This record gives sequence, structure tokens and C-alpha cells, in this order.
Amino acid sequence: MIDVINLTKVYDKLVVLDNITETIHEGERVVILGPSGSGKSTFLRCLNCMEDPTSGSIIFDGEDLADFKVDINRHRQKMGMVFQQFNLFNNKTVLQNITLAPLHVGLKKIKGRAARAAFRAEVEENAHKLLQRIGLDEWADKYPSTLSGGQKQRVAIVRALAMNPKVILFDEPTSALDPEMVGEVLDLIKQLADEGMTMVVVTHEMGFAREVGSRVLFMDGGHIIEQGTPEEVFDHPKHPRLQEFLSKVL
Amino acid sequence: MDILRKWEVFWEKFSGPEGAWHRVLEEGLKNTLIIAFLGLAIGIVLGTLIASIKVMPKYKLLPRVLDKICSVYVGFFRGTPIVVQLLLAYYVLFPLMDVQLGSLNTCILVFGLNSAAYCSEIMRGGILSVDAGQMEAGRAVGLSYFTTMMKIVVPQAIKNILPTLGNELIALVKDTSVVSFVAAVDLYKTFNEIGNRTYEYLIPYTAMAVIYIVLVAIISLGIKLMERSLRKSDRRN
Repeated sequence: MIDVINLTKVYDKLVVLDNITETIHEGERVVILGPSGSGKSTFLRCLNCMEDPTSGSIIFDGEDLADFKVDINRHRQKMGMVFQQFNLFNNKTVLQNITLAPLHVGLKKIKGRAARAAFRAEVEENAHKLLQRIGLDEWADKYPSTLSGGQKQRVAIVRALAMNPKVILFDEPTSALDPEMVGEVLDLIKQLADEGMTMVVVTHEMGFAREVGSRVLFMDGGHIIEQGTPEEVFDHPKHPRLQEFLSKVL
Repeated sequence: MDILRKWEVFWEKFSGPEGAWHRVLEEGLKNTLIIAFLGLAIGIVLGTLIASIKVMPKYKLLPRVLDKICSVYVGFFRGTPIVVQLLLAYYVLFPLMDVQLGSLNTCILVFGLNSAAYCSEIMRGGILSVDAGQMEAGRAVGLSYFTTMMKIVVPQAIKNILPTLGNELIALVKDTSVVSFVAAVDLYKTFNEIGNRTYEYLIPYTAMAVIYIVLVAIISLGIKLMERSLRKSDRRN
């Protein structure tokens, strides 16, 4: 689904990602682990070109996203992203946060007042359904500043879902949450995983990685130095760097 | 001559069915407000555009070229007094281009262009004060840079800079007092006419000052009310 070919990212002179080639397959739940500064977040953010690769290709839907000529916005509509800091639109209500992008993208293609109104109603109904799913429908008309961290992150996840993405990228989705709110967010991500959503997750939650991941990548120093099923990586780590990392976090 | 006498002279000219108050209100005050408010409107729109260009990522050539053009623009309009800009436009540039806009329209345009230079800097500060995550989130759901800017970032930026924009409007209202340089009729011009007719300037100029003060007070109040309504998405109220 996403083919990463010879991806390199350099900030000034610091090589953050060093010539990575990797493929994310459809239906996979790829979990990326690694110490801070290993390049795991940068790798994730290069997948939808939130960071522009210094060199290399990101092939998605048959096009190279790293190419400036490609309409990146169209592809990003099919790649949801969930951020560590939630990044809900502060000036929009919870419902508007979810409907903004579908409406903006969809209404461009629709002519005629009645058709537009019907489309709007459909998008809003879908948003309400998504909110009901996470038990936050009564908050639809509230602003994000009134939500707790866990609620914000769940809204951020359904905001990504509202675009019917082919894949969702999670950038440390629980790292900014109070401990008692981590569970509700992880539960929602697990549900999506069970439904077959393709996802790439950067996380520090080892239990979650083991339970939900179909494949675990361990990154260090801008390389993917080991990968495999959760059992292989957690129970039989081969690389000394991974053994050391696991001995510290488990 | 005591103050009462001065007042009588002024009032005689000012009041009555044929009095100067017609000209003060219907031309002077009206033009002052038109120039200031339309000028600010042009300034905000154009300034927002300039600011969006200035904070754009500069990987590609086009943003870099646009950025340079904007810098020159801002440099010129902040580097010269508004009177000079008015004179250049009205007596030099427009005649040269064979454009006849009339003095009021010239003033609106020049005040708008001038204000855009200041608004762009105000707006740039406002945009930079909005968390970068807001832009990222907009781009991540597939919205373009400008769509995200206009729907997400700028509305939040405006909330942050509203007090400063209020200052800009106040400055504009007061700066309009130079438009008689290009034959436009504003508050100053109409009160000056009363003074010229009666050879008495104390009351007309004092009255003019009072009107400016009241205008500014009303604008300040309006800004305060707008700020309160825009803060409804904030936790602090």
C-alpha cells in the first residue's frame, strides 16, 4: 500500500533517516518502536510528506508523494493522521472538526443547492454516527477546549476516519495523555485494528504494540535495525540495541 | 472676545437648516469613516494575503519570488508617509496612467494599500502565534495550505490580534485628517472651513477633537465586544 524506497531525511547536517526501504501492506498494523531521536516520528511523518523527504520515494496509489508535482492533498485525504498533541481545530466545534474536510472536499464536486444540502446533511449524519460510536455525540456543538485529553484524541481519530482513509498514521497518540485516559484511546485504536484498518503506529505503549501490532519495527539511529512479529521482537530480540531497549522499557 | 461670543459665532454658522453641520456630518464625518473602514477592510484582506505568503514554506521558487515582492511592497508603504503616498497616487501616478478615480476613491485605495502593509505584519505575528499543529492537522486531512490558512489559522490569528487591529483602525481614523491634501473632504476639512469663514478656530477645532475622541471611544468599545464574542471557543471567558 505504501512503498518507501531509499528514504533519507537530513536536517541541516543531521541524518535522521538513512536510506530506508520498507513496505506497508494493506491490512497491516505496523508498530514502530525506538528510543527518542531514533527517527521513528520523522519516518511516520514522511509517509504523508508532513516532512518532505530529502531524497527517496514514497509510493502510494501508484504515485510518488515525494514528487512536488503530485497533488499531495488528494493523497492525504486517503491517509489519516493522528497527532500526539491532538491538534483539533480550536476555532471549530467538535462536529465541525469532523465535517470540515469531507465537506470542503465533497462540496467542490457538487453543483446545485439541493444536492449540496443533501450532501451536507449526509456528512453531518455520518459525523454524528462517528461521535455516537465514541460516546461523545452530546459534545457535538462544544468547542475542543472543553474536552479532556482522551476525548480530544478520540475526536481526532474519528476526524481522520470521516475521510474514509485507506491507512491511518498514529504519531504517539497516547503520549500526551493522563495515564487514566490512555486506555480509552487505545481501545478505540484496537477497535479500528479489529475492523481491518491499515495503520502505522509510533508508540511507547509496549503492551499495546504486542497486542495490536501485526508487525513491529524497531528503529535506531535512522535505520530500521530489527523487525518481525510482536512475538519475535519482544520475546526473541536479536539485535543487542533492541535487547537493551526492551530491558529498559519492559 | 470671550468664549461665549466665540460659541455664538460658531453656532450661527453650524446650526440651522442651511448650517455647516450638513457638510460636517454628511461629507466630513461620512468620508472619514468610509476611508478608515474601507481602508481597513482592504488592508485586512490584502494584509492577510501578504502575511500568508510571508509565512509560507519556501521550498519552491514561486513562494520565494512572491515573498520578495511582498517585502518590497511592505518596505515602500511603511517607509513613506501616507501624505506622500496620497500625493504620488493622486497627482503623479494616476494622471500618468490616465486613471480617474476621484479624490475619495484615491484616498480609500491608498489608505487600503497603506494599511495592508501594517496589517500584514500584525497578521504575520498573529499567524505565528497559532500553534503549528493547527496547520499540520489541516494539511493532514488533505486541505491545501491556503484553505487551512483561511479556515483554521487566520480565524484564530485574528482573535489573537484583534486588540492590535483595533489600534490600526484607530490610527487610520486619525490619519484620514490628511486627505484634504488631495482635495478630499473629511472632518478636518469641514471644520477648517467653518474656521476660515468665521476667523474663529477655537470652537471648530475643539469640536473636531471631541468628535475624534468619541469616534475612537466607540471603536474601542466595538472591538471589546467583538473580542468577547470571539472568545467563546476559549476556556477563559
